[in-house]
Amino acid sequence: MEAFEQLYVALDNTTSTNRKVQAMSAYFAKAASSDAAWAVYFLSGRRLKSVVPSSVLRLWLVECSELPTWLVEETYESVGDLAETIALLVSEPDGHRAGAIREVSLTNWVNERIEGLRNTDVYTQNQRVKHWWKSLPYGQCYVVNKLLTGGLRVGVSQALLARSIAQHASLDRAVVLHRLMGDWSPNADFWEQLIAKDEGETLSSRPYPFCLASPLTEPPEALGDVNEWLAEWKWDGVRAQVIRRDGQTYIWSRGEELITERFPEVASAASQLPDGTVLDGEILAWDANGVLPFSALQRRIGRKKVGKKLLTEVPCCLLVYDQMEQGNTDIRQQPMNHRRAVLESTLKRWAQESSDSVAAALPGLRISVQHKVSSWDELHAIRAESRVERVEGLMLKHYSALYETGRKRGLWWKWKVEPYTVDAVLLYAQAGHGRRSNLYTDYTFGVWNDDELVPVAKAYSGLNNDEINTLDKWIRKNTLEKFGPVRAVEKHHVFELAFEGINASTRHKSGIAVRFPRIVRWRHDKSVRDADSLDDVRKLMDPA
Amino acid sequence: MVALLEPKDGGLICKPGGFAIDPWEPAELALITHAHADHARPGSQQYIAADSCVPLLRKRLGEDIDIKGVPFGEPLTFGDTTVSFHPAGHVLGSAQIRVEHQGEVWVFTGDFKRDNDPTAEAFELVPCNTLITEATFALPIYKWESGHAVAQQIFQWWQAMKAEGRPAVLFAYSLGKAQRVLAELMHFTDESVYLHGAVANMTDVYRRQGVPMLPTHPIDLDDKSKDYAGQLIIAPPGASGSAWMRRFKNASTGFCSGWMRVRGNRRRRGYDRGFVLSDHADWPALLKTVEQCGAQQVLTTHGRGDTFVKFLKEQGYVAEELSTRFAGEADVDTGSESRGSA
Ligand SMILES: [Zn+2]
Repeated sequence: MEAFEQLYVALDNTTSTNRKVQAMSAYFAKAASSDAAWAVYFLSGRRLKSVVPSSVLRLWLVECSELPTWLVEETYESVGDLAETIALLVSEPDGHRAGAIREVSLTNWVNERIEGLRNTDVYTQNQRVKHWWKSLPYGQCYVVNKLLTGGLRVGVSQALLARSIAQHASLDRAVVLHRLMGDWSPNADFWEQLIAKDEGETLSSRPYPFCLASPLTEPPEALGDVNEWLAEWKWDGVRAQVIRRDGQTYIWSRGEELITERFPEVASAASQLPDGTVLDGEILAWDANGVLPFSALQRRIGRKKVGKKLLTEVPCCLLVYDQMEQGNTDIRQQPMNHRRAVLESTLKRWAQESSDSVAAALPGLRISVQHKVSSWDELHAIRAESRVERVEGLMLKHYSALYETGRKRGLWWKWKVEPYTVDAVLLYAQAGHGRRSNLYTDYTFGVWNDDELVPVAKAYSGLNNDEINTLDKWIRKNTLEKFGPVRAVEKHHVFELAFEGINASTRHKSGIAVRFPRIVRWRHDKSVRDADSLDDVRKLMDPA
Repeated sequence: MVALLEPKDGGLICKPGGFAIDPWEPAELALITHAHADHARPGSQQYIAADSCVPLLRKRLGEDIDIKGVPFGEPLTFGDTTVSFHPAGHVLGSAQIRVEHQGEVWVFTGDFKRDNDPTAEAFELVPCNTLITEATFALPIYKWESGHAVAQQIFQWWQAMKAEGRPAVLFAYSLGKAQRVLAELMHFTDESVYLHGAVANMTDVYRRQGVPMLPTHPIDLDDKSKDYAGQLIIAPPGASGSAWMRRFKNASTGFCSGWMRVRGNRRRRGYDRGFVLSDHADWPALLKTVEQCGAQQVLTTHGRGDTFVKFLKEQGYVAEELSTRFAGEADVDTGSESRGSA
């Protein structure tokens, strides 16, 4: 465990990607296979199934710290991270109380100590966990708590992790990334297969790393000849990969979650695909009249089991736009126009029975329509229809583009429509979490409804550090009332907010819900009276 | 209870004594606890401070100010009050101010700490009826390691950077923190350290008062080609990200502050290393001081005043938060040395 904790500290102590890669490679070089597997598991953002709920850990922390509950809560609020709060409160700064607890490997910590809690009664759990807290040096106490409470988040991307493993094992990074995808168990076998020279047995469920697009910041004309680009709508759904191999169907989300059971209509359509087929697309809520707003899809996301009622109210489909595997052959290194042709033929087989176009080839699987144009002007006109079509804009993919691993600038672009904007007044502020735990950085904004300002959006991002610091000081001096951690402030500052969409909502006092709100700029030039009204905002609402 | 000291214009005033303590607006008579910019403001007609604070105040407020130094512990009479200065352990010359009026004793701690610091006079416990205490770090997560232990961490980082052939740039407040690091590092080395101009100025004042520290060189601004690989450089936080930094190629950066105890603060600032070193009282020291001074009433200034007040009330104290403009260990880089504080 000490070695893993040292790795954590090394990763946390640097912002340089090279040093992070070096620290990880050095760890992998020394670690036992099973420890390396667990390290990969945690560094890739995976977590253990919850053993003790964090609400219970908080109670134990109150017992252990001998402080009033409100003070522990306030401290947690200030630190913003439970694992860290515990380590800060119960371990001494000097840490080392040697000999109190035996040093064991990361694997032992997970498999014996933490997993060992699962089958014991609460009293024993309480005794054991409190013993760890009091006996471990600060750093290990923190890491163990991180494993207990979930994520380890240490600023290591999947790509960086893969680079380190690739460097350690002298492999190609793309091979490692692919081997890291999907469902696997962190054990010595997995690690040995991960770093093996020859590709071992392919797991039939294993997805390909998603190819990602970059936002287009220049006019599209800069991309050259429009005839070399495939243009299609940019849909606002859940990015997903459908795999049909060995008679089995798997649906993976971009977050590498297996979501096959959540979208049975997609899964059942996909089960008719030829064996050895992998498709990329966007899951959307889609009824007889076309795509439904994202808020409808939200009712399906997160439901592990879907009832009949919800299935009829919010039917879903996968809008397919790429194919990575055909007849068990990886075709990612074929150009976009070739893959598109393959995709069309894959889905066309089922179109023959109906007179319909490929767009409705299979219920649950639809092909993404290609906009065939001869000038950029035509595409500008099409993009102007985005809001009406309930899409976010256009995707532009070069005909020669390979299916890359991750984000590679230049050949896949998202050309989104401008976001909605509104001028709103700062109403409430709350201290941020983690990086911002010492500053008021979570803001609630309101717009006018008659003579009243009603909250419409919460935003956390968009200001620079100087603005955050200035605003923080102002908030502290201009607090009208405190509700726990939340401060109601003087109504004085106006901010321009941008968001991606607005829907009607019965859960919000304002009657609307905005998506992805963020701060565009601080409008020092505007007074509170110049802020927008709820009516102004409603006018922007997505067509129902 | 009549208030012997009360907040006014960002600082405190004493009506029966006719003086102000650490006033933010010009006063006729200003008693100054210490030379940090959130306590020592320009414009007052006359200043009084502890002897060892005087040269620092002259450096900060100007050589021409009207200032009188007093030895620690010596009683002075103002109006109906008797006043004395007592070491606060915060920085060189930092004082607590004791005010007695008709048998009633009030003590204002100013900024204080109780940890060992070879560059500041050791904190003295002053019994009182009312204690006005700073509360910058009044949360139970704030517990300090010794300056010696932190200096060791700094030294190890410096040596690791030396092995990599990189400069190590340490950001620390130019008055107090920088000198404390220079003094504590003497346990580990006798090598020279390079200083930013603002740090060098204050370090000179410390040296002239006989505080032992590592040998230092100011950064030569004209020598653009000098190689600082393997060197330790101390600079004020405001220098971070400035053009001045460009001379240190491939530098590793560190920051010394009590706020570095929390990971979120370390990461937000984007420094490579955060060293938990503060010249303020930590949570145990705040509690110990309140308990030992015997005060029946505790008033708080700075930072976490409200939390500390609530906690003290639960412990049976009469407690209240005072509104002042003392900033404590500023969490925000001011960019300008004159406003820096630690
Ligand atoms: Zn100070």
